[in-house]
Amino acid sequence: MADWLGELDAQLQRSPDFFASRPIVVDLSASGLRGPGIRALFQALYERGIRVVGMEGVEMTALGTGLADLPPILGGGRPAGGVELPGAGGQAAPAEAPEPAQAAPPEPQPAPVPAGEANSLLLDQSVRSGQSVHFPRGDVTVLGAVASGAEIVAGGSIHVYGALRGRAIAGLTGDARARIFCQRLDAELLAIDGAYTTADDMDPALRGRPVQAWRQGEAIAMAALD
Amino acid sequence: MARVIVVTSGKGGVGKTTSTAALGAALAQAGQNVVVVDFDVGLRNLDLVMGAERRVVFDLINVVHGDAKLPQALIRDKRVETLHLLPASQTRDKDALRPEGVARVIGELRDRFDWVICDSPAGIERGATLAMYHADAAVVVTNPEVSSVRDSDRIIGLLDAKTQRAERGETIEKHLLLTRYDPVRAARGEMLKTEDVLEILSIPLLGIIPDSQEVLRASNLGIPVTLANASSSPARAYFEAAKRLKGETLPVTVPVERNASFIGRLFGRRAVA
Repeated sequence: MADWLGELDAQLQRSPDFFASRPIVVDLSASGLRGPGIRALFQALYERGIRVVGMEGVEMTALGTGLADLPPILGGGRPAGGVELPGAGGQAAPAEAPEPAQAAPPEPQPAPVPAGEANSLLLDQSVRSGQSVHFPRGDVTVLGAVASGAEIVAGGSIHVYGALRGRAIAGLTGDARARIFCQRLDAELLAIDGAYTTADDMDPALRGRPVQAWRQGEAIAMAALD
Repeated sequence: MARVIVVTSGKGGVGKTTSTAALGAALAQAGQNVVVVDFDVGLRNLDLVMGAERRVVFDLINVVHGDAKLPQALIRDKRVETLHLLPASQTRDKDALRPEGVARVIGELRDRFDWVICDSPAGIERGATLAMYHADAAVVVTNPEVSSVRDSDRIIGLLDAKTQRAERGETIEKHLLLTRYDPVRAARGEMLKTEDVLEILSIPLLGIIPDSQEVLRASNLGIPVTLANASSSPARAYFEAAKRLKGETLPVTVPVERNASFIGRLFGRRAVA
């Protein structure tokens, strides 16, 4: 740990702005650290001005008690390739301009979103029961049905060109303007940025029809599209 | 080239073992070399339905672990000589299955037979995933009722994810076999209609097997229904399904019970209790 921090300090000396305003997710899978060690690590990072917004590669059970002061465990990060670290001789400019901290997607550490990476997901097949689609980066479009017992979780809106029989959870990362669209409403649960409605509470007149759902205050409003 | 078929469903009790035996016997009667393999380790039923329970010496687990050779475990059917059974163990459980051992056994079976039909256990855990892993095609057995349909949908998702073909990026053929179909109850809305099931599952229909007392009668006698009473409606439906498995195109109909007697023809429809 001391060696690793030493290397980190050397990097910070070479380019003090490298971590400035970058939200960092710490991957603990190779560290073997547990609760107290993790806390010590985050304290050390904080002292160096590194803002940790989440962690991955660790089980809840390894953290021990008193989890409230630790950053959340995030999942679903994809490796985005390495980031160019400025060499010893080079000065401040990091590989890419620092990204403004986004409320949104957890990123593998530390990497700004590479140019050209899609922020919407298109599925051209039905989603089968038991399958779970997680796409925090943006919208999800399904060309097919979403079966009962399946779920779509998106950071943006959800568009189902078919029957929506499972769960649709939109606006995951705090976007209250996200909407859910489907060609045939048979959903078990709809949620937008934390507010949700279950099948029981949906207007029976909307069942089986093309419907859009959006967030109105603390509730989900729904209207037919036909 | 041998074809490995898995008969699976997710839900228990929908007719996988019955269908494995019936389809296996139908294909064997048509002259094909068929082996039916019971993957339900610990709760074996295929040997009962095939009438071979008193001749089981070695089983699939013995062969997987190398305690016995494949020819020692295979049981030839007494009625149709091109039909063989590889039974499961009753004393072990599914944890005794080893992926490398299963791969070796399936490989040996492919060399000896035209059709290897694997009777999957219910569920989505190790037994079911090992049964489906080596399959070229799947027969998804479904009853026309909501829990069975949802479980079948789950199994279809697993077929597209946890099979060797899926891992290689190839497609695995999936066929829907609708069992325990009662046209009267479907018309009354008490059971799902065929179109409803097809709309949810979206896989091609292999056949519709009508609900019939013949099935229970045959399984209690230990004879596959296609051998026990070849002219009964479920047997005729299984024969057609077997033809479709071989690649023939036949229009799907629901066979009805044929009553030979004159009175039966007058009052042709089965009385509803």
